Amino acid sequence: MRQVERIAAENDAHAVSRVVLKVGPLSGVEPDLLKHAFTIARAGTVAHDARLEVQEGALRVLCRRCGAGGEAVVNRLLCPNCGGWQVDVTEGEELLLLSLDLET
Amino acid sequence: MCDTCGCNITPGNAHLADGKTVEVLENLLHENDHVAAHNREHFARHGVLAVNLMSSPGSGKTSLLEATIEALGGELKMAVVEGDLETENDAERIRARGVPAVQITTGQACHLDAHMVHDALHDMDLDGIDVLFIENVGNLVCPASFDLGHHANVTLLSVTEGDDKPAKYPVMFRAADLVVLSKSDFLDMIDDFDPAKAERHVRELANEAPVFSLSVRRPETLAPWLEWLHGSVKSLRAGESATPKVQPEGGLAHAHAHGHTHG
Repeated sequence: MRQVERIAAENDAHAVSRVVLKVGPLSGVEPDLLKHAFTIARAGTVAHDARLEVQEGALRVLCRRCGAGGEAVVNRLLCPNCGGWQVDVTEGEELLLLSLDLET
Repeated sequence: MCDTCGCNITPGNAHLADGKTVEVLENLLHENDHVAAHNREHFARHGVLAVNLMSSPGSGKTSLLEATIEALGGELKMAVVEGDLETENDAERIRARGVPAVQITTGQACHLDAHMVHDALHDMDLDGIDVLFIENVGNLVCPASFDLGHHANVTLLSVTEGDDKPAKYPVMFRAADLVVLSKSDFLDMIDDFDPAKAERHVRELANEAPVFSLSVRRPETLAPWLEWLHGSVKSLRAGESATPKVQPEGGLAHAHAHGHTHG
């Protein structure tokens, strides 16, 4: 909320109508709980009437051994091609404030 | 598009009629990370290795610190920041062994964050210190998500907790730079904890962190842990950059300009 208020102030906005977040499966945040918390956290702020949109996104890995990429599951981060665990997570750990719709 | 009757405004874009969409692309933990960066600078100025120690309540974090103080015998100078909801018990145990300790009592917060650690550091003199341990609140969920400005995450899992815990708590075990399987002396008495299975679950999190078994009741088992500590201090002082695996942004650009100077 501090970030939302700061950005609203920087843009001379009197209200925020929409907050868009990207929350990946490995972010450590549960989208439903965040949505519940938002209805409380937004009270009395510039975002008090804002709608919260949470984009959940995929969990994708790229294999350092064979170069293949694909989807994975949170506790089995393995290459979909060779089954190796030497992978990099290319999508899925995000906890991002993507955008705000402001009323100026 | 018509500016007089408003026919360019549709139900889909009505909310934008008097406003604008601002693209932010900012990590939600940005403010915590900002303070974490200050802490990291503070540690760098003093040449201190900062280690975040995490586990369930009762896995043996404080006991490991006590055993480490004993085993190091002053080879590395230690200091400890303790985190608990209530009591000064853990800081008192550390101080009883002649090592400076500051206790953070969080009240209700289930994890430490960079602000709390920043405030605790005001009460700590890091001159001459080699390693600062931050013993986090006992919790396998939340602490892993918060950068405290430290260099390495060490996660403990005691052998009485089940070898599938890394699969059940992926964020925590994926964040570990070192996994310590504690209370290994109990392996003599139980047959349902397989260290190799626990290690395999860690690997399945695409984590190459070493996995050591040890028991504070068997000092000879501490050797790999002490070696890791010595090695990590050396690497840090040799200028090898060290940041823990915490909340990477998955490839999206972090668009943020610092409009102020750091004092």
